[in-house]
Amino acid sequence: MELTRLPILKPALKSRYPQLAVFIVMLAGYIFAILAGFIGTPVGSRNFSIVFVWIAWWAILILVAVPFFGRGWCAVCPIPLPGEWLQRGAVLNPPDKKPKWLNLRWPKFLRNIWLQNISFLLLALFSSVLLTTPNITAIILAAMLFAAIGLSMVFERRSFCRYLCPVGGFIGLYSQTAPIELRIKEKQVCVVCDGKPCYNGSQTGYGCPWDVFPGGLRKNTYCGLCMECIRTCPHDNIAINLRPFSADLAKPSARIDEAFKAFIMLASAMIYAGVLLGPWGALKDAAYNVGTSAWLIYAIIFLAIIFAVLPGFFALGILKTKSALPLKQRFASFATALIPLGLMFWVAFSLSFVLTNASYILASLSDPLGLGWNLFGTASTAWKPMLTSILAPAQTLALVGGLIWSARTAQKAANEIKSSSIPVITFCFIVTLVMLWLLL
Amino acid sequence: MHSRFFLLILIIAGLVVAFVPLSFRPIAPQERTFRIGARQFAYSPSELKVNPGDKVTIQLVSTDVVHGLYIDGYDISIEADPGQTAALNFFADKPGSFRFRCNVTCGAMHPFMIGKLTVGSNQWLYRSIGLSIIAAISLFFIRSTRPSDRQLPITIY
Ligand code: SF4
Ligand code: SF4
Ligand code: SF4
Ligand SMILES: [Cu+2]
Repeated sequence: MELTRLPILKPALKSRYPQLAVFIVMLAGYIFAILAGFIGTPVGSRNFSIVFVWIAWWAILILVAVPFFGRGWCAVCPIPLPGEWLQRGAVLNPPDKKPKWLNLRWPKFLRNIWLQNISFLLLALFSSVLLTTPNITAIILAAMLFAAIGLSMVFERRSFCRYLCPVGGFIGLYSQTAPIELRIKEKQVCVVCDGKPCYNGSQTGYGCPWDVFPGGLRKNTYCGLCMECIRTCPHDNIAINLRPFSADLAKPSARIDEAFKAFIMLASAMIYAGVLLGPWGALKDAAYNVGTSAWLIYAIIFLAIIFAVLPGFFALGILKTKSALPLKQRFASFATALIPLGLMFWVAFSLSFVLTNASYILASLSDPLGLGWNLFGTASTAWKPMLTSILAPAQTLALVGGLIWSARTAQKAANEIKSSSIPVITFCFIVTLVMLWLLL
Repeated sequence: MHSRFFLLILIIAGLVVAFVPLSFRPIAPQERTFRIGARQFAYSPSELKVNPGDKVTIQLVSTDVVHGLYIDGYDISIEADPGQTAALNFFADKPGSFRFRCNVTCGAMHPFMIGKLTVGSNQWLYRSIGLSIIAAISLFFIRSTRPSDRQLPITIY
């Protein structure tokens, strides 16, 4: 179903003002989070930066935005904006042709998501500190903003988003499961389209900031839903469609960087469930005391699970299956099946974390810096876990649902590459049991 | 038709596994006392097991800063000052597994200062495992009942 047929949606997306209004609010919130992290209380659960980034934003992102809107968050994300505005030398105006700044092409050997995999892992290894310490969160938020500005000055388009952003990496991976997509309407119109303004830019707008040619889009991963091509396409050939969930996964990816992204995300959700929500104090100490030898061992185990243990068992499982494809390609194709399960692991993990701590949001709204303010009269809202009685059933639903979803995806992938899905389903089954044990 | 029938059976089996009340032979209630040490950011012991109906006393001893202990599901809590002991008494009348956690902000990792209380058996875990097994079995029935090639609203190559 084409959503852009709706009478209000198309003009609202074509005009730059509605999006700009959201951008301004988001950017203000982002900068406020940085400031709060630096000048507010060091107590994480009383500081806007922690509460609004890691509880409120995270909840919306992983429970709503990604599962239902794919890269919807990237459509309103403030991080690349200052860089992009500087790069263009404009906030709203149509582009003038000559490039400002260096405008280099992104190096060929980095045209993959390995940098995103690495940047995510770097944050993940420090996550216990990052999640709980306001000024560390502020430093990371500021670093992302400045990295995005820096890359905009040196490289063309949104290189930070496309190749470096630790958040964008997993949003892209899981956006393939979302029931929404931006695609062209008629292929033939693109074939004969003169100058391809959606990619090259025109008087009405900029060429795709994500370095994607909309005519070639087959999955959501690298389209940031920035809406630029809706503005530039002179033939009104861009549509936003409602579609079945995980439609992109019917044709499995064969890229090894994306395959490992699926493992990184699946394994991190499991490790976090164990370390953060489990009853094992020694694990928490190790994860929190960055730089100690215990942390080093934790880091090594963390990376070993992600890069050796899980992919190792997975590869062993599919080693003996009959297929015309080499192991590496089968590995990459079948890893596609882990995407729905990984998303649901994150949903189940986040449900627990978010419902337990959501009451901080009200308190922090009234007293964002933890300085004893009471802006809306909610500053003294007591901490109290929410909906504890439905938490376990909801987590079960997410995990068992994820298992079914992934197994169906595995069956489709197996059809595609003429192989057996049984080892992959078995793998999904076992990791689901482990996750159930960790969370329940 | 055949596979639909099996699917129906599996759905019913799933509902049974999820909702049928489990009652084990009752074990005579006991009085149990646990002495739990609390430090930044862990309890020891951090895993408690009791039987349904037990009268439980938790003595919370804090060894560094003020810590609390709040039990999910039971919605009860205590606080212990450093070096002091505080006691919490309750009837373990709800079966299942519950997290207990610190409810006094005690430092950075405070939100993750967590332990686990299991009353009887961890029912939801077993039910969930049952559901996963049923889900896995059901997949062999759904397989190839539907064409896997979905018609995209628009086809792009
Ligand atoms: S990729 Fe990262 S920085 Fe770019 S829009 Fe998405 S979340 Fe924001
Ligand atoms: S501008 Fe429109 S018609 Fe032309 S190539 Fe891009 S999407 Fe196709
Ligand atoms: S210009 Fe179009 S294809 Fe490119 S990122 Fe924006 S919305 Fe996606
Ligand atoms: Cu504590």
